[in-house]
Amino acid sequence: MSDHDNGHIEEHIKVYLTVFGALAVLTVLTVAASYMNISTTEAIFLALAIATVKASLVAGYFMHLIDEKKTIIYILSLTFIFFLFCMFIPMITEIDHARLP
Amino acid sequence: MQIPYTTEERPDTGLNNSKLGIWIFLASEIMLFGGLFSAYVFLRMAAPDGDFAYWGSKLNIPMATFNTLVLITSSMTMLMSWASLKMKDLQKFKMYMGLTLLCATIFLVVKYFEYTGKFHHGIFPSSSTFMGIYFTLTGLHMLHIIGGMIVMGYFWLPMGNKMWESDSERFTNRIEIVGLYWHFVDLVWIFLFPILYLL
Amino acid sequence: MSNNSHHEENFLQKYVFSVDHKIIGLQYGITSLMFLFFGFCLMMVMRWQLAYPETPVPFVGNLLGDAGILLPEIYNMLGAMHGTIMIFLGVVPLAVGAFGNYIVPLQIGAPDMAFPKLNAASYWSYFIGGVIMLASFFLPEGAARSGWTSYPPLSIFETGQTAWLIGMVFLITSSLLGSMNIIVTIVQLRAPGLTWFRLPFFVWGQFVTAFLLVLAFPPLEAAAVLQLMDRVAQTSFFLPSGLVYSGATVDVYGSGSPLLWQHLFWFLAHPEVYVLILPAMGIVGDVIANNTRKPLWGYKSIVYGSVFLGFMSFIVWAHHMFLTGMGQAMSSFFQTTTMIISIPSVIILTSFFISLWGASIRFTTPMLFALAFLPMFGIGGLTGLPLGVGASDIHLHDTYYVIGHFHYVVAPGTIFALFAGIYYWFPKMTGRKMSEALGKLHFWPSLIFMNGIFMPMFIQGLAGVSRRLYDGGQSYAHAQDVLQWNEFMSISAFCLAAAQIPFFINIFISMFKGEKVDRNPWHATTIEWSAPSPPVPHANFEGEVEVFRGPYEYSVPGADKDFSPQTEK
Repeated sequence: MSDHDNGHIEEHIKVYLTVFGALAVLTVLTVAASYMNISTTEAIFLALAIATVKASLVAGYFMHLIDEKKTIIYILSLTFIFFLFCMFIPMITEIDHARLP
Repeated sequence: MQIPYTTEERPDTGLNNSKLGIWIFLASEIMLFGGLFSAYVFLRMAAPDGDFAYWGSKLNIPMATFNTLVLITSSMTMLMSWASLKMKDLQKFKMYMGLTLLCATIFLVVKYFEYTGKFHHGIFPSSSTFMGIYFTLTGLHMLHIIGGMIVMGYFWLPMGNKMWESDSERFTNRIEIVGLYWHFVDLVWIFLFPILYLL
Repeated sequence: MSNNSHHEENFLQKYVFSVDHKIIGLQYGITSLMFLFFGFCLMMVMRWQLAYPETPVPFVGNLLGDAGILLPEIYNMLGAMHGTIMIFLGVVPLAVGAFGNYIVPLQIGAPDMAFPKLNAASYWSYFIGGVIMLASFFLPEGAARSGWTSYPPLSIFETGQTAWLIGMVFLITSSLLGSMNIIVTIVQLRAPGLTWFRLPFFVWGQFVTAFLLVLAFPPLEAAAVLQLMDRVAQTSFFLPSGLVYSGATVDVYGSGSPLLWQHLFWFLAHPEVYVLILPAMGIVGDVIANNTRKPLWGYKSIVYGSVFLGFMSFIVWAHHMFLTGMGQAMSSFFQTTTMIISIPSVIILTSFFISLWGASIRFTTPMLFALAFLPMFGIGGLTGLPLGVGASDIHLHDTYYVIGHFHYVVAPGTIFALFAGIYYWFPKMTGRKMSEALGKLHFWPSLIFMNGIFMPMFIQGLAGVSRRLYDGGQSYAHAQDVLQWNEFMSISAFCLAAAQIPFFINIFISMFKGEKVDRNPWHATTIEWSAPSPPVPHANFEGEVEVFRGPYEYSVPGADKDFSPQTEK
């Protein structure tokens, strides 16, 4: 059926374990980074950057997105674009809000 | 006529129905949590300077870090339970699925202590907008964990894994789908944790 | 085993908890028509008050207390529930749940939807949501009355809102499950030979609609949870600091934002209006092609236009929020995207108009409704333009102009298209045709009275009459000159109600005594017409389905008849 067969699976398990290790390390890293003396904006970027790396590992390897079919990738890309609209446009509208002098 | 492509892949899309279905469902979940994250950003901007940082500092980082590692482990064991089925080992599947359920239970227990700890100190969702969004985000996430546990529990029990005897490929497919949902729940937490606890 | 078509099903399995998309489609259809009727009745009570203020309402006056006069609070309740019921319990379930479920598998040559049990679950979730919404009228203080838009702070303190929110959660869940099913069905279950550009436009309309539902509804679900928390857990997501309500300072933490609700609400509610129109356009496309005996002009433009429309619908929402103190940059952004989104609508409408050129038009009842849709939607769409431009929106926002605009698109727009669909596909569902005479008796008065209700709204709106006014503008000096339209509109509404009687009689009589027809009475080309009428339970077709050509191969030069069915070799 799908992409893996018996012999392949063992190799995949090695990859999974590596990813698992990386995730654990990155978790510790993100906690450590939160104690660094940096500005809030920098902290936000750093935390989100590490979280994005972790999420990409889970999505790419645990959820097999890295060799998933085009249809799924298109749907997720579209979703991601709308996610960005939903996240940023209200925020930008708020920043741009008319204010009394 | 039977509904085609329930297990075998449709040639032009390369997908079976449930695989496509679960990803579309997960897309909607991305938008659900996206709406809540958008609310978080908006509320943080609307709050007085330092308000969110103040209330955020009341959260227990060690407990949440532990929980993060627990959830990542459960993702791994979930994956292994599926891999066991690909390797035709039902016993290993049951073991790993059991471990996944155990990790999920540990997560819930820790959350229980977190929440009751807050209530004990008189901190409720109404205490501040930060606490409101904290309880809402983690609460909704927790509901998703419970939902996942119900489905995983069903497949772990003998009545749920009967399909392995009659149609092992279809059963493996189902576990893959459950796994995708579970990884997503882990993925949401990967963002929730730093945003709520560390920022 | 996805379904056991060989064992005997009892009554409950066959007709109540059926997983057959046709039964589920009919369940959606019957339930939604009942809700449409109920929502219409709510509107009639409101229109009585607007036409004859402070006069006892006939028939239902004794339910309203206080000598049978409609009180302002009850007026607001009827208004909020009319909107909610018509959109979420009426039009969308009919357009997507009923037509989508019934027709899509047939038009793609599939035996059922991809997930039949999930399909049943989505119907029952809708049903429960509907029951909750109806039950809310019987709460001690009644149903929601903060508008279908449920803006805080009012919605946090007003009655009936908690039930509304819980009902919405069920309705949203139903939509999500249903639209996920439709997408997978269309992608995966198309019959051999049915490539994307051989799909009838109806299927494309449903496909884009499903994406809108699946991606736009969740932020509203998130917002509904937040509003529930505000009402029930004393949080203040949407309540600003220092809010004073009814003379007392509200005892919450504050530092929330009413605008947050508006953003999350309209993030859904704008795509929602395209959910209201796309299935309708799909029906009109199919009916026009069939009754002009020609392919649709510009089929590819229509398809690409719909996809572009769907995409753009996600980035225009704040044109509902121009008056919230938006800055110039974002206002310009939303005005621009709103102007751009009018383009695909025009492309689609123009293509439909051009499809009539040189056609052999058959003025069947479905065609009459489909033809009427064109100018009616045109008026609705064009009147949207001044609303999308900030400068004019300042004057028109929250006036009757807006009500006129959106009713034109939904009422003589979408609902006419849905009528066309009912008359068109009735023979497939029952094996009998509806009466053409009764159909015309339904159509002509409906067209006239729809315009009678909604055209004067533009006049009132331009004069500055605000919407949601219990007294219809009585107490405002600037409204005095246009008040006489209130009675005119109300009488048109009552007459419109009467005009629906032939429709209901037609359905009931034709179900039992209608002219019996073969499986393709309209001589149509799309795949559903090659199935028996009604189609085979759980299987739809009698054998394998294979597709050889596009959806609208009418009047092909050299063919022996004026239509070449998709499934004919």
